[in-house]
Amino acid sequence: MLGLDKGDHVTLTMDEAHPVSLLDTGVQGVIGKPLSRVDGPDKVSGAATYAAEYALDDLAYGVLVGAAIGKGRVVSIDAAAAKAMPGVIDVVTDFDTFIRVSQQGGETEAPTQGVRDIEYFGEIIAIVVAETFEAARDAAERLPVEYERGDGVFAFSMDDARDGDLPTNIVPARTEQGDIDQAMRDAAVSVDVTYTTPSQNSAAMEPHASIATWEGDSLTLYGAYQMPTSDAQQLAESLGIAADKVRIIAHFIGGGFGSKLGIAPESVAAAVAAKRLGRPVKAVMMRQQVFDATVRRSNTSQRMRLAARADGTLIGIGHETTASNLSTEDFFEPAGISTHFLYAGDNRLVSHDLVRLNWLLSGSMRAPGEAVGLLGLECAVDELAMALDIDPIELRRINEPARDPEKDVDFSSRALMPALDTGAKRFGWEQRPVRPGTRREGEWLIGMGVAAAARANMLMETSAKVAIHPDGSVTVSSAMTDIGTGSYTILTQVAAEMLGVPMDRITMELGDTNDVPAAGSGGSWGACSSGSAIYLACEALRGKLARAMDVAEAALTLKDGRAIGDNRSTPIGDLVGDGIEAIGTIKPGEQEELFTQASYGAHFAEVAVNRVTGETRVRRMLGVFAAGRILNEKTARSQCLGGMTFGIGAALTEDLIHDTRTGKLVNRDLAEYHVPVNADVPQLEVVFLPERDIHANPIHAKGIGELGICGAGAAIANAIYNATAIRVRGFPITLDKLIAALPAV
Amino acid sequence: MKFTINGRSYEAEADIRTSVLDLLREHVGLTGSKKGCDHGQCGACTVLINGRRVNSCLTLAVMHQDDEITTIEGLGTPDDLHPLQAAFVAHDGYQCGYCTPGQICSAVGMLDEAKKGWPSHVSADLEHSDLSDAEISERMSGNICRCAAYPNIVDAIREVAGRAPAGRDVAGADA
Ligand code: FES
Ligand code: FES
Repeated sequence: MLGLDKGDHVTLTMDEAHPVSLLDTGVQGVIGKPLSRVDGPDKVSGAATYAAEYALDDLAYGVLVGAAIGKGRVVSIDAAAAKAMPGVIDVVTDFDTFIRVSQQGGETEAPTQGVRDIEYFGEIIAIVVAETFEAARDAAERLPVEYERGDGVFAFSMDDARDGDLPTNIVPARTEQGDIDQAMRDAAVSVDVTYTTPSQNSAAMEPHASIATWEGDSLTLYGAYQMPTSDAQQLAESLGIAADKVRIIAHFIGGGFGSKLGIAPESVAAAVAAKRLGRPVKAVMMRQQVFDATVRRSNTSQRMRLAARADGTLIGIGHETTASNLSTEDFFEPAGISTHFLYAGDNRLVSHDLVRLNWLLSGSMRAPGEAVGLLGLECAVDELAMALDIDPIELRRINEPARDPEKDVDFSSRALMPALDTGAKRFGWEQRPVRPGTRREGEWLIGMGVAAAARANMLMETSAKVAIHPDGSVTVSSAMTDIGTGSYTILTQVAAEMLGVPMDRITMELGDTNDVPAAGSGGSWGACSSGSAIYLACEALRGKLARAMDVAEAALTLKDGRAIGDNRSTPIGDLVGDGIEAIGTIKPGEQEELFTQASYGAHFAEVAVNRVTGETRVRRMLGVFAAGRILNEKTARSQCLGGMTFGIGAALTEDLIHDTRTGKLVNRDLAEYHVPVNADVPQLEVVFLPERDIHANPIHAKGIGELGICGAGAAIANAIYNATAIRVRGFPITLDKLIAALPAV
Repeated sequence: MKFTINGRSYEAEADIRTSVLDLLREHVGLTGSKKGCDHGQCGACTVLINGRRVNSCLTLAVMHQDDEITTIEGLGTPDDLHPLQAAFVAHDGYQCGYCTPGQICSAVGMLDEAKKGWPSHVSADLEHSDLSDAEISERMSGNICRCAAYPNIVDAIREVAGRAPAGRDVAGADA
């Protein structure tokens, strides 16, 4: 180590704005560029290794068994019958330790444990372990289990009792300002409507998977997890062992979309079985089990009230959401999260409540809150625009708040109107039929819709270690993950820009809890939190390089692996002795309270609705987004394409159906739960507006992974209304909901 | 049982219940082919058997001992990518990468089908496939990508097929 103490650790808490970012003065010229993914060649050739793909010696195969009742108790499991089958090693269960539900993201405690009591259909009660997958699967399917049935609540009804008082979940369950009832009475024009959205499933293409292997009392788990640092804590708590005895490895994750934020039942089952058998156990959930027993996005019923003066000025906004969850779980779908700050209006009520059901856990799915909340809000705003006879974009302009309408603070940055205006021009908004249901092309009705996008921005405590080696190469390591978001690539870009090192000289080591802790991937905080941690570590290393070269830090230029200053140029490897390293840690601070931070955008959609069949086809979609600095235009665009496509699914097809007699999911696979396929998705267009957010973090970027879904479905729904003059308030808008109201052919 | 995979012979002690997918992943150690559903619903497991694209989770290994099985590993390696693999990288035709080997194997098989003149559901002319964007989309719709890289997947395939980019006329534009 030269010029740097071992353990050099820089921490920044975002209490102050950070107006200067070294990324703006870097000369490597890679930040923001649309570079191809550094892990791309591995991914396209099958060389990227996902959780279930580690070939461990003496590996046994576990297949999970889910309860075949929706409520009650397990009386007995006839393990002997299964063990008599060829190849079967054991039937493992632990009624106290097995987790009843997946854990929510970021929690450090164990989720609800105990599986003798059955609270929902498909609850994982045992794992059958065999020498081969085929033997385990057969035995699991035939495992005799005796149940005692209980009375459950299997149908959602707004007539059922609700909690009335829930702990905060990202947002407080209820906030009130002024008097919404009075505003509704005073309004010249108002909307009072209820939108409903169904349960949904993240349906990441990689099923939840864990390989558990013990060495003494230490567990290593190869798992498909988005947040390994907290997942390891959850796992340790569940197993009753110390957190430092658990290591999670998650180098590649086949998508998560919230479903892999917290540990799922296969992790504990694999760990318990591996311990009991004294050999590694692999447990991959069947696709049906992913639906049955991981996590769903809750269904919602959203009462929307908008009260306006005749000129369109909002005087009141009410957004009252009822969602559902198991009786032991407090998570509520925070659908009103962006209703707090999206539009002006003095009288406001944003509330959330829960009906308790024996349906599987509800929790986070991509953009928890906004994804469905903006379906309600942005469709209601469209309804108000129609009632007022004001263009929907103009109505939003009239109600654009100068400051946060609920808190006495400014926005850190806000590009909603620029996004709407840019999009309107690009999309040809002026060609939208002003009167709905009036444009026809043969048997198709054509319409356009618009919706705002907004997603609250988050920063999470995260660390990263950066090391410069004597040969000038760089290693970055952190327990951060890449779930498809592009972390490997964008974080390499941050380090390359900061240290003036070519991309291919940087090794990015992610997805191992043996490295410094990170908040992982979720809530769109990953890039900003990890990028900032790397920024801080690199900033410290830049100082050390300047001192080693004996130039002022401000006079140091780093480019192509060389340090340049004072008319001298040296390979950076020559300045680091045996190598130098630093750890950077970013923490959220007062900036979060002093400014309302969010990413914004605008969605435009053109649809064609078939007059005969009621089928909706999305013809065109445009998303315009402002999310601070865009770290890589190519991967950021892909994130938005993905979000917008989730919006297509939410608007048109995705509908998780619960059997109201048992709570069992009726459509628990990819043939029956309809996620958009290639032919459902037109050539979507994405535009980024240049922006920097100095209040968010030192890299001036904001979250983008979820912004694309926020409002996307509402733009489609509003386009369907524009095409047909039919307002469907129950999502998804399937053809059966349109066909009766379509004009006779 | 004996198999020819990517031009090499393999011997494996597989069960008669073993699917081609599990043979590849669990017995032969070729984990490039992915399991997304194990029910023929997602396409993540797509491989080429005698040149045709097949959902390898839906067919038993024991039935394919005399067949030529080609997996993603047989198309190219990180240092020597197949043109479709390279195009997927260039066009960001993926995100998490889990559906990607299946998409690429499927695209190889699909381009061959189109070359042979097999029409698609949306072909305007059943005699002459023009591999329009709508056709590429339809022909690739057996491969789900939850990350939804679909527009980029179409871009990648279109490039390799040697077609110029065009406005994508999806259904609803036929009137
Ligand atoms: S794994 Fe074979 S189609 Fe899904
Ligand atoms: S790249 Fe993730 S599912 Fe296609």
